[in-house]
Amino acid sequence: MTDVLDPPIATEHDDHDHEEHHGPTGILKWMTSTDHKVIGMSYTVTAVIMMVIGGALAEVIRAQLTTSNNSLVSFAQYNELFTMHGSVMIYLFVGPFAFGALANIIVPIQIGAPDMAFPRLNALSYWLYLTGSITMLSGFFVAGGAANFGWVAYAPLSNSINTPGAGADLWIGGLLLTGFSAIFTGVNLCATIFYLRAPGMTMFRMPIFTWNLLITAILILLAFPVLTAGLIMLYCDRHFGTHIFSVQGGGVPVLWQHIFWFWGHPEVYILALPFFGMVTEIIAVFSRKPVFGYKGMVFATLSIGALSLGVWAHHMFTTGVVLLPFFSIMSLLIAVPTGIKMFNWIGTMWRGEVWFSTAMLMAVGFLITFLIGGLTGIYLASPPLDFFTHDTYFVVAHFHSIVMALVLGAMGGLYYWGPKITGYLLNETIGKVQFWFLFIGTQVFTLPMYLLGLRGMPRRVATYALHPGWQFLNQVSTVGAILIGISTVAFMVNIVYSWKKYPAGDNPWDAHTLEWFTTSPPPHHNFYRLPQIRSERPTWDYNHPGHTAAEHGHHHEHQGEHHDEVPVA
Amino acid sequence: MSKVFSVEPPALSPQGDSDRSRRWRRVRRIVALPIAALALAGCTVPTFGASPGATTSSRSTYHLWQGFSIGAVIVGGFTTLLILWAVFKYRRKSDRIPKQSQYHIPLEMTYTIVPVIIVLGLFAATMVVENKEVANPKTNVTINVNAFQWGWKFTYPGQNVVVVGQTTQDPVMVMPVNTNVHINLTSSDVIHGFYVHAFNFSRYALPGVLNQFTLRAVNTGTFDGQCTQLCGLYHSLMVFRVKVVSQSEYAAWLTSNASVSAALAAQAATKQQTSSNVPTRSTKSEGNN
Amino acid sequence: MRTEAKVLLSLGLFFGVMSVVYWNWGHENAGSVMMFAGMLLCFVPGSYYYWWSRRMRARPEDDPNATQAQGAGVVGAFPGTSIWPFTLGMGAFFVVLALVFGIWFLIPGLGLVVWALFGGTAEGRRGGTH
Repeated sequence: MTDVLDPPIATEHDDHDHEEHHGPTGILKWMTSTDHKVIGMSYTVTAVIMMVIGGALAEVIRAQLTTSNNSLVSFAQYNELFTMHGSVMIYLFVGPFAFGALANIIVPIQIGAPDMAFPRLNALSYWLYLTGSITMLSGFFVAGGAANFGWVAYAPLSNSINTPGAGADLWIGGLLLTGFSAIFTGVNLCATIFYLRAPGMTMFRMPIFTWNLLITAILILLAFPVLTAGLIMLYCDRHFGTHIFSVQGGGVPVLWQHIFWFWGHPEVYILALPFFGMVTEIIAVFSRKPVFGYKGMVFATLSIGALSLGVWAHHMFTTGVVLLPFFSIMSLLIAVPTGIKMFNWIGTMWRGEVWFSTAMLMAVGFLITFLIGGLTGIYLASPPLDFFTHDTYFVVAHFHSIVMALVLGAMGGLYYWGPKITGYLLNETIGKVQFWFLFIGTQVFTLPMYLLGLRGMPRRVATYALHPGWQFLNQVSTVGAILIGISTVAFMVNIVYSWKKYPAGDNPWDAHTLEWFTTSPPPHHNFYRLPQIRSERPTWDYNHPGHTAAEHGHHHEHQGEHHDEVPVA
Repeated sequence: MSKVFSVEPPALSPQGDSDRSRRWRRVRRIVALPIAALALAGCTVPTFGASPGATTSSRSTYHLWQGFSIGAVIVGGFTTLLILWAVFKYRRKSDRIPKQSQYHIPLEMTYTIVPVIIVLGLFAATMVVENKEVANPKTNVTINVNAFQWGWKFTYPGQNVVVVGQTTQDPVMVMPVNTNVHINLTSSDVIHGFYVHAFNFSRYALPGVLNQFTLRAVNTGTFDGQCTQLCGLYHSLMVFRVKVVSQSEYAAWLTSNASVSAALAAQAATKQQTSSNVPTRSTKSEGNN
Repeated sequence: MRTEAKVLLSLGLFFGVMSVVYWNWGHENAGSVMMFAGMLLCFVPGSYYYWWSRRMRARPEDDPNATQAQGAGVVGAFPGTSIWPFTLGMGAFFVVLALVFGIWFLIPGLGLVVWALFGGTAEGRRGGTH
């Protein structure tokens, strides 16, 4: 232990220290590592590959819809395409990227922890995620093709009579594996945040990103077991002759929807909250200001988490068998904490010094895209308007606005934290080109779909007859999808072009939180030394002792005190 | 907790104060603009992409849509302006470190309470429209709509009229204008969606569930309908049409189609092995698969 | 510890109230039960943390004035490299494939799982390393 620069917090078993630092390399390192940074990197790379696969499926879908009565793909292939597009994007990209990739790397460092609480469980999470992804995608290579009942797998369409074949079972199996992966990550994040914070890092000094991940983790623990149980029921219906979801045996098909959406709506926030956290960090850092209304932000996130468990049936308004007013008011109420967040983000930029790096551009792109998606979501919380737009392209457009906002946030997160993880910056010019393609592409892609929905185009249709305006709007949307595809290519080009070109230094953005206090990339067990933690911005406080957050009117009297408490090193 | 919520002093400096009030005047002018435009437009409130539709409930839905859209445009426009203002006004010009302000409790309370009020208003409007829509007024015209893979069957109980159509042959549901038409919606196999765009309305056809609602058309005409809930291979082809006719035409249509429909129904019934005209429980059979 | 407990308990309380309201309003079983279970899932760890928070001194991470020196000492045992998560993951993979392609996949699947359980436990007993 003594050969390291004497960190007071990194600890491991003495005898094996050297083995650790000169451990296996190459593929064996990848297979055996329990370091949260290596696992997080594996998650990141896998999730980005999934994004590319899901995006490729989307491009085929858009190609098919370019003209009316198109026959580029068959009906059967089209059903597989959108099912797997949705499944890959939701189950294998956005979710794991949100709570497995950047969270895995950043959360322990942000709270000053040497690793996740359960490193081997963390590794297991990754292996379950990877094998689950392989399982789900392998559906394309079995007889009968991949799952084709939509990513929501509504019973009784998903039973063995309507959807025989191994593709559907592979879908269920893959989801079981990734579900357990998510649950283990949730356990790990909770335990890490509750038990491994550095001295002085009280709960209300945790960065917003970490707070959001904590609430995400709690939601994972509340929601994912329900999905896993539902999948097991579905499997039993398919193979063991139970009739949980089939009318013939006295079952209730709507029960599947209740179970699925009881997972599915919290899942929306499981996907979104980590990206809210990323955007919060980015906006604060690049405005050189603390997060405006930090505590309000935390309570807003908590109330989003709380409300998210009571809104699931707004996906089921048109079933005619759910309690409309309850779910309507609960869903509408979620707009309030979301609005608070939006104004807090604006308040953070207000009177700041906003630096438009690529990460900040992505974050502002997120704000505008998320605003569009959020406002159209309010319509869908109103049952009569949901009757009007349900299962039309309006809904598709709404959640693509949201998810594309999350993609913008994800890209922002990669540009922001990438230098910390790899030690090298990405090229800013290519990054900005990528941003504009992604941002404009997103709007060109989603806005026509809102109109298509209002003009009555249902979702999940492989072809459409020639309706006035439908074809043109679909073509515009396809152009948007191509622009988004180009932005992804630009991202790949940027990675290759910037490969080990621009060394980042420890703190290229003059950032706030603890991860920027350590080296880039951080050493094994993350820290050689830690600053005193007196706010949610320990690195900023250390670098700018005269500029702590002015929350009290008389705060400046205490500045000297802060200055004296220099780090232990 | 070392941090305490505290109210920031309202005026930090005389200069800041006048700055703020000047800005506030500007904001007020910006907000007032779309409202004034709306007032000028008078009764021609924009459609926001939707259409009034052909039934009483489609009209109330449409008005609700307009109300929500006005709110969305105002809130969205205001927020976008704030974002753009922050983005362009506060672009980094120097390495100056700005004032590290973090809390402004009155402001935060405002943007908590105002959305709550807006949301409660939207909820109230929603409830008014929704209660109208889910009401089941007395009616003497009933149509049993049965969805199956991949087509529709419209049965007129007591009239001996059945209309069936699958995939490429779009069935037509004929209904009288200015009459409350009671729909009994069922499904024979998987979940389908009964959606008529001109009615601004959709409802799932669920196996094992009898979904009931009332339509009151105010315009005559022929409207497109389609299944909206993914129901398998030929989901895209599961279209139908709704023909709203005058009450006399409706009566004439019923009599002229009674015998034809009976024969057609018998034929379809053998093909579909669907025996009941009003299946409240599922009558799914292997023949549909 | 107290803040952690409060977060969980307040979430649990909210879910509890919601499940009662929802049940009395809608009489829908599935959702009421799931929300009630959500309450329990928050209350079990929440009350445990609360119980402990009243019986322990504030940890350095709960102390707003803590210095880094207070965190000195062993935080916990962090394993070095380990092959067992991979083994266990592959075992789970084969078990799931057994659900799809046939029961015989259980032989390698359960074999790997059991092997990983023994290997991982033994590794843990040695202190988290090989």
